[in-house]
Amino acid sequence: MTEPLLRVQGVSMDFPLRGGGVLHAVRDVSFSLANGETLGIVGESGSGKSTLARMLLHLAPPTAGAVIMAGIALAGLSAAALRRQRRHMQMVFQDPMAALDSRMCVGDIIAEPLHIHGIGTKQSRAARVAELCAMVGLPAAALQRFPHEFSGGQRQRISIARALAPSPTLLVLDEPVSALDVSIQAQILNLLVQIRQDLALSYVFISHDLAVIRHVSDRIAVMYLGQIVETGPAEAVLRRPRHPYAELLLSAVLEPGSRHTAAAPKGEPANPADPPSGCAFHPRCPRASARCAAEYPPPATLDAQEFRCWHPAV
Amino acid sequence: MTGAAAPLLSIEGLRVEAVSGRGAVALTEDVSLHIDQREIVGLVGESGCGKSVTAMSILRLLPAPPLRTHGCVLFRGEDILRMPRRRLRGLRGGRIGMIFQEPMTSLNPSFSIGWQLAEALRLHGGLSGAALREKMVEALTRVGIGGSERRLAQYPHELSGGQRQRVMIAMALAGAPELLIADEPTTALDVTIQLQILQLLARLRAEIGMAVLLISHDLGVISNFADRVAVMYAGRIVEAGTAREIFSAPRHPYTAALLLARPKLDGPRVAALPAITGAVPPPGARPPGCAFAPRCPRRLEKCLEQPRFENGVACWNPLS
Repeated sequence: MTEPLLRVQGVSMDFPLRGGGVLHAVRDVSFSLANGETLGIVGESGSGKSTLARMLLHLAPPTAGAVIMAGIALAGLSAAALRRQRRHMQMVFQDPMAALDSRMCVGDIIAEPLHIHGIGTKQSRAARVAELCAMVGLPAAALQRFPHEFSGGQRQRISIARALAPSPTLLVLDEPVSALDVSIQAQILNLLVQIRQDLALSYVFISHDLAVIRHVSDRIAVMYLGQIVETGPAEAVLRRPRHPYAELLLSAVLEPGSRHTAAAPKGEPANPADPPSGCAFHPRCPRASARCAAEYPPPATLDAQEFRCWHPAV
Repeated sequence: MTGAAAPLLSIEGLRVEAVSGRGAVALTEDVSLHIDQREIVGLVGESGCGKSVTAMSILRLLPAPPLRTHGCVLFRGEDILRMPRRRLRGLRGGRIGMIFQEPMTSLNPSFSIGWQLAEALRLHGGLSGAALREKMVEALTRVGIGGSERRLAQYPHELSGGQRQRVMIAMALAGAPELLIADEPTTALDVTIQLQILQLLARLRAEIGMAVLLISHDLGVISNFADRVAVMYAGRIVEAGTAREIFSAPRHPYTAALLLARPKLDGPRVAALPAITGAVPPPGARPPGCAFAPRCPRRLEKCLEQPRFENGVACWNPLS
């Protein structure tokens, strides 16, 4: 069997809390990503999806478990070796204004990763920046200007160009279109789908928006309170979710042209610093039994869907 | 409009302009909209379309200068824009309540929930002591905050975003509003909590008979909870009608394009979304005539002239 591009094995992230206690932001998450594949990670705030994104690049090294990129485990790499590995894995954030240095002109922002990784000569770097600029649909004149002169959509194009600069094989995108208006969101989604195809990239695409996730993903992972509760082919998970939380998330989506009639799900997610026993979802779950409060369900598989639930939809 | 009764609120020809040394730039133009009693009216559009400016101008919450407001905002026939300040104060937080996107910025972080709620109730009810406390617990229970006695002692940061929005709604209800203006009330919330808050607003409308002006960028939110809808683009209302009309058979090319540009949960997956080219023009750089024309697939030569708003749409070449 060929080695997947990215293998994530049982990673966890614990944050010590002031006054004692531990916040389990991510708990025992495993998945793998094949070359050219897009995994969509969906979940609500506090589900740990953004923390997971940062762990994949070791921007925040996991407190347990391993991230293996192209066969190389990131843990234990020297700073220089980790930097070399990061050339192949780049990140795009939700808010490009916060992610872009406001004092640098766009050309320098896009070229910065080339400097950091010591790629090319001065001349070849300039040519590469011009090429990236065209690739993401920015006018050449943009290079001399500064981030604040651009709209939100254009700024996201700048951060995508910057991420593409060192020719990565993997992009980790954390809510890349969530701050954008619908008409601009569609432009950026189209750009991301196009460059994925042109450059044979793999994506880990994080979003709270199920319709966006469906549009870009081959597979989906649904997170709740730091854990992946269900994963499987995008269409299968969305058409027939097995985990009650995935069902609930899907039922709360408001689509235009319809009238929502079902009752809203009760309760709110628990505090990640004090997660419920057993299955973390059990206090909100309409199918919860005594067992759910006592034991964390082991992984189960039905068709191509994998989930952790004592009472899955069948 | 239903029957012969005057609408609860009627905005007529509202124009808000930003005035600077270089002249006046219109943020909204010719905005007309009415809300009947017990009605939920949705105002939808992308950022910068003027929907929040419209909402803020209803209660004269815009800073003047630099903003100048023209037109009328009639509340039960009386023009709010020309009302003496004293009367206006009685209206704000009283017969017209307002909630915003981020309740954290509207709540004072250094006072308990109970203190802030008491303030709102005292202003409008003149209660004190045990009667006030009972009223506070009742107010929180009505918006679905369990364990209300304990909640009163908590501070805003100890509550979740959804609970904070519930507290804001409870405070707005203290004035027994006939109209609640809700400006992006669920934009900062997760989808499951969003649905809870919207269903709470719908329930309160039915229970106490208040009308709601629901402002959102989210077509799904508006489609599912508004009775009637107005779509704004570049400072103007481009289309208005019942939610069913607007979302099942949009007539303005902008509304139609916006609906198509969204990724969908149902139906076949498409490789490329039908995006709208270009970007929304900022105020001051809006093209002459129909502001959507440069991005519009149905534009005609005539579109260089501003179309009149007729039969629910402002377009020279509407979809039929």
